[in-house]
Amino acid sequence: MPVDIDIAKVAHLARIDLSAEELAQYGAQLSVILEYAERVSSLPTEGVEPTSHPLPATNAFRPDVVTPSLTNEEALAMAPEAEDGYFRVPRILGEP
Amino acid sequence: MTDLADLSIAEAGRQLRAGDITSIDLWEATVTRIAYTEPHLHAFLTVDRDGARAAAHAADAAFKAGEDAGPLQGIPIALKDNMCTKGLATTASSRMLEGWVPPYDGTAVAKLRAGGAVLVGKTNLDEFAMGSSTENSAFGTSRNPWDTNRVPGGSSGGSAGSVAAGAAMGAFGSDTGGSIRQPAALCGVVGMKPTYGLVSRYGLIAFASSLDQIGPFARSVEDAALLLEGVAGHDIHDATSYRGEYPTFSDGLDLGVKGLRVGIVKELMVDAIDSEIRSASRAMADKLADAGADVVEVSLPSSEYALSAYYLIAPAECSANLARLDGVRYGNRVPADTTDEMMAKTRAAGFGPEVIRRILLGTYALSAGYYDAFYGQAQRVRTLVRQDFAKAYEHTDVLISPTTPTTAFEIGAKTDDPIAMYYSDVCTIPSNLAGDPSISVPVGLDTQGLPIGFQIMAPALGESTLFRAAAEVERLAEFTARPLLAVSKETV
Repeated sequence: MPVDIDIAKVAHLARIDLSAEELAQYGAQLSVILEYAERVSSLPTEGVEPTSHPLPATNAFRPDVVTPSLTNEEALAMAPEAEDGYFRVPRILGEP
Repeated sequence: MTDLADLSIAEAGRQLRAGDITSIDLWEATVTRIAYTEPHLHAFLTVDRDGARAAAHAADAAFKAGEDAGPLQGIPIALKDNMCTKGLATTASSRMLEGWVPPYDGTAVAKLRAGGAVLVGKTNLDEFAMGSSTENSAFGTSRNPWDTNRVPGGSSGGSAGSVAAGAAMGAFGSDTGGSIRQPAALCGVVGMKPTYGLVSRYGLIAFASSLDQIGPFARSVEDAALLLEGVAGHDIHDATSYRGEYPTFSDGLDLGVKGLRVGIVKELMVDAIDSEIRSASRAMADKLADAGADVVEVSLPSSEYALSAYYLIAPAECSANLARLDGVRYGNRVPADTTDEMMAKTRAAGFGPEVIRRILLGTYALSAGYYDAFYGQAQRVRTLVRQDFAKAYEHTDVLISPTTPTTAFEIGAKTDDPIAMYYSDVCTIPSNLAGDPSISVPVGLDTQGLPIGFQIMAPALGESTLFRAAAEVERLAEFTARPLLAVSKETV
C-alpha cells in the first residue's frame, strides 16, 4: 500500500525550498520507495535489539593534549560570507 | 614492451627499487593514458598535473637517497572526489561544493602522501556517493571503459574506470552499500570494502556514518592489499576507527584455499540475478572446490530484507549528515532575506534530485510518529542480518556470491526508476549492514563482452582470509582481458 506523506512538512523539516510541482513529484516517488522499504515491518523482531553501529566500542577517548588546529583565517577562507573573524549570515529573527 | 601505465603496483615497485624505471616515468605513462582515455571516459573531475609531477620527483629523490616509505612510494593513485585534499578542490560531485578547496587532508589522504604516493587527481562519483552509476554527478556521467555507452557503476565509478583504463595504477573510493564493489565488478577490476573502522573516515565527506568505509580499487588482489595497508590504522580523529592490532594483508596470498570452508549464499543466487552471472559464480564455486576448498550452501534468510533496511538507515543518516551543508560555513549560498530562507534556497539549488530524495526519505523516517516503524525497525533488521552472518560463519570461513545482479547497464536505463537502480546493490549491502569486509574480483566476461564480478565476504577483521581466498579466485579465473580503450591507444 502506498505510504501517505505530508511532503511539504518533510521538505520544511529538511530545509529544502521546493515548488508545488517538485513537492508532488518527490511525494509520489517517496511513497513508492517507502512502500518497498516498509517490507522490513513484515519481519518479526520482538525482543531484537536494534543495531545502530557495527562496532561495539564505547567511550573512545584520546589523550587530553592540545594540538594545532585550523587558524581563524583558514576556517573562514571558504565561508560564503565572513566579517571581523566571524561567519556572517542574513537576519535570523523576524522584523523588529 | 608493456606500457608502464599497465604495470601492477607490485611490479612497478620492484622496477622502481631496481632502478629500471623512475616515478616520473610512471607518471608520464599515466598522464599520457589520461590524455587519451579521458575524453571517452570522464573518470576525473580534477587531474592534478603539477602536484602529481612534484610528488613523482619527490619519490624519485627519496629512492635516490635510499629512503623508502613503503610499497606506494612513487605510484600514481587516484582518489574519489569525496576525500578531502588540502589545497585541491573537493566537490563530492555536488553543485553545493563546487569550487570548495578543503583546508585539510583526510587521514587516508595524509597517509598516502606520507607513503610517497603520487596523487593523480580526483575522480567522479554520484553526488555525495548516492547512486550506482555516476549518473547522479552534477558534473556529467562517467563512462565504462569496456563500452562507453554504458555506466561504470557507482558511486565510485570514476575510480573504477580510471584503474580499468590504466589512467591510475590504483584508486580509492568509499563503500556505503556497494559503492566500491559494484563499480569494480562493472569495470572488471578488484574492489574491496574493509571492515568498518579499519580505515579512518576523517576527511571523507560523510554519507551514512555507520556504513561508510574507504577502500581500494586495483588491477590485482595483491595490489588491493598493498593499497589497503597504505591507509589502514587507528586515528584519533575518528572515534569509530579500530584500535586493535591486525595482520599484514598481503602475507599469505599464496596459501591457496585447501581446507578453507566456503559458503555460497543461497539468497544471492536467485532468479533476479542475471543467469550468466549466476553461472559464472557457480563455476567459480566448483573451481574453488576442485582447488581444495570445502564448499557448502549457506542461507542468510534476512538478507532479502537488507535492501529495504538499508534504504531507511542510509537516508536517515544522510539526512543528519548533510544538514551541515546549509550555506553558512563553507560551500555555496543562495542569498535571501533571512537565514532560514537562505538555507532552504541554498539546499534546493545545491543538491541534485537523488540527494534531495534521500534527505526527504531520511527526514521522514526519523520524524516523530514514524521513527520506530521505519528507522527503529530497520535497525532491528540490521541486527537480524548480523545474526545470520554470525551463524553462517560458525561453520564457514568466507562466503561467496555474485557482486551485482547485472553487468554494466546502458546510460539512462535506470535513471527513471529509483528502486531498479537501488537493486544494483542487493548483493553488496548485507556486508555494509554487518560491518564486515568484502571484495569483488573479476572472473570473466558475459556474452556481450562485459566484466562479471565475484564477491567474497569474511567476518569482521577477516581481511587476511579474505585476500587469501580472493588471490585464489584470481588465479582460478585467469581473467586477463582488458578494455579496448586501454590497449588500443596506438590504433584508434
